Amino acid sequence: MSDSSKGPQRTIGSTEELLAYSLALETEAVERFNDLADQMEMHHNYEVADLFRKLAKIEGLHIDNVNKASEGKQLPSLLAWEFEWDGGESPEGGAMEDAHYLMQPWHAIELAMHGERRAVAFFRHVADTAEDDKVLKMALELVEEEEEHVALLQEWQERFPKPDEGWDEDLDPPTILE
Amino acid sequence: MNAEPGMGCNFKAADFRSDYKPVWCPGCGDFTVLLSITKALAEINTAPEDTVVVSGIGCSSRIPAYTNCYGFHGVHGRALPLATGIKLTRPELNVLVAGGDGDGYSIGGNHFLHASRRNLDMTYIVMDNQVYGMTKGQASPTTDPNWEKGKLTPGGTGINPFQPLVIALASGANFIARSSSSDSNGTARIIMEAVRHPGFSMVQILSPCVTFRPEQREWKNMFIPAPMEATSDPAQAARRLLTDEGLYTGILYRGDRPAYQPKLESSIDDIAELDEEFSL
Repeated sequence: MSDSSKGPQRTIGSTEELLAYSLALETEAVERFNDLADQMEMHHNYEVADLFRKLAKIEGLHIDNVNKASEGKQLPSLLAWEFEWDGGESPEGGAMEDAHYLMQPWHAIELAMHGERRAVAFFRHVADTAEDDKVLKMALELVEEEEEHVALLQEWQERFPKPDEGWDEDLDPPTILE
Repeated sequence: MNAEPGMGCNFKAADFRSDYKPVWCPGCGDFTVLLSITKALAEINTAPEDTVVVSGIGCSSRIPAYTNCYGFHGVHGRALPLATGIKLTRPELNVLVAGGDGDGYSIGGNHFLHASRRNLDMTYIVMDNQVYGMTKGQASPTTDPNWEKGKLTPGGTGINPFQPLVIALASGANFIARSSSSDSNGTARIIMEAVRHPGFSMVQILSPCVTFRPEQREWKNMFIPAPMEATSDPAQAARRLLTDEGLYTGILYRGDRPAYQPKLESSIDDIAELDEEFSL
């Protein structure tokens, strides 16, 4: 998983546009974590399912924050593919292919941290290329917020031992022909 | 049924998801394809009941159940004939056909040729993972000849892979695109364009099977957005499709053939008469 994420190719020109990006980023994160929770429930990995559900709830709180910051503002309405994310996917919306039915809480947090680090890189790029002081200020606040999330996740991850190599070995694998 | 662009969107992707949870393996590319289909349908801006999703058999063919549209989970390889019947009798519906490479190019290969040739206004989405996943990992028509892990083909098939987009073009498909499941937003845009384009639209989505082809997780780093605009010249499209090594993504061909849609007059007067035909 690469943690790098560039910002949009064009410069973000207003706080409204930046809030629209922020809202899309957090919304996709909620959807992705709920999808991952569903996948884990389907494969009876309930511990990790609960963890993804919690992460979705936390991201939901971030949506509330963005909505609050957007009060009284008219955000631009962009289609899903009009957001200029690096690689096409929002920073916290990709890496679905890294899920595994035997994954453990440590992996789930690693996956979440990957998204948060990409979000840090994204907002940092926005700040670096900002031509408007308000956009710069808001982008730096968002960088700080995402860095806090990374730190929290790191703390959270330390509670779980890093799984040994071979953690994905299944003694009754689905790939065996019956 | 397609709303014009710019009319404003009344739907969200979630409106097109059913309450059924997919049983695919975590990490499967088909999750993202489902997301892309629902995003595209939301932007097309017609109600879920204005679309029907038809499929055959295979992992990816479970997709109609996961949408909130009308659905028909048909028999193996026969999604396109079912969809043809639906489009002929209900031309006002958006018809999406979805399935995998085995279902579409092997068991349903002949239907694929003739659906492309007929050019009815429908969209065929093939989630291509170059393997039969549901039956536990056999080589499919698009499998590399040197893939040695298929239990029925030790040492590889030694057979040239099927070239779906070239075949679709030669058979008369009116819109041809390739996408990667690792790009849900780009794939959503392509599906939306495919549905809006008149005639038979063929969308190949490279969608990794993480269980039987785990090496396909690397696909996301291999695809390249096509460096040129879609062409409407079939000869130019053929040359491009034969030389891009299957790695270019985007809309590759936009034809201008009018869609085939004969006006049918029913010979059945009422439902009772139809019932009678099926009575034992």
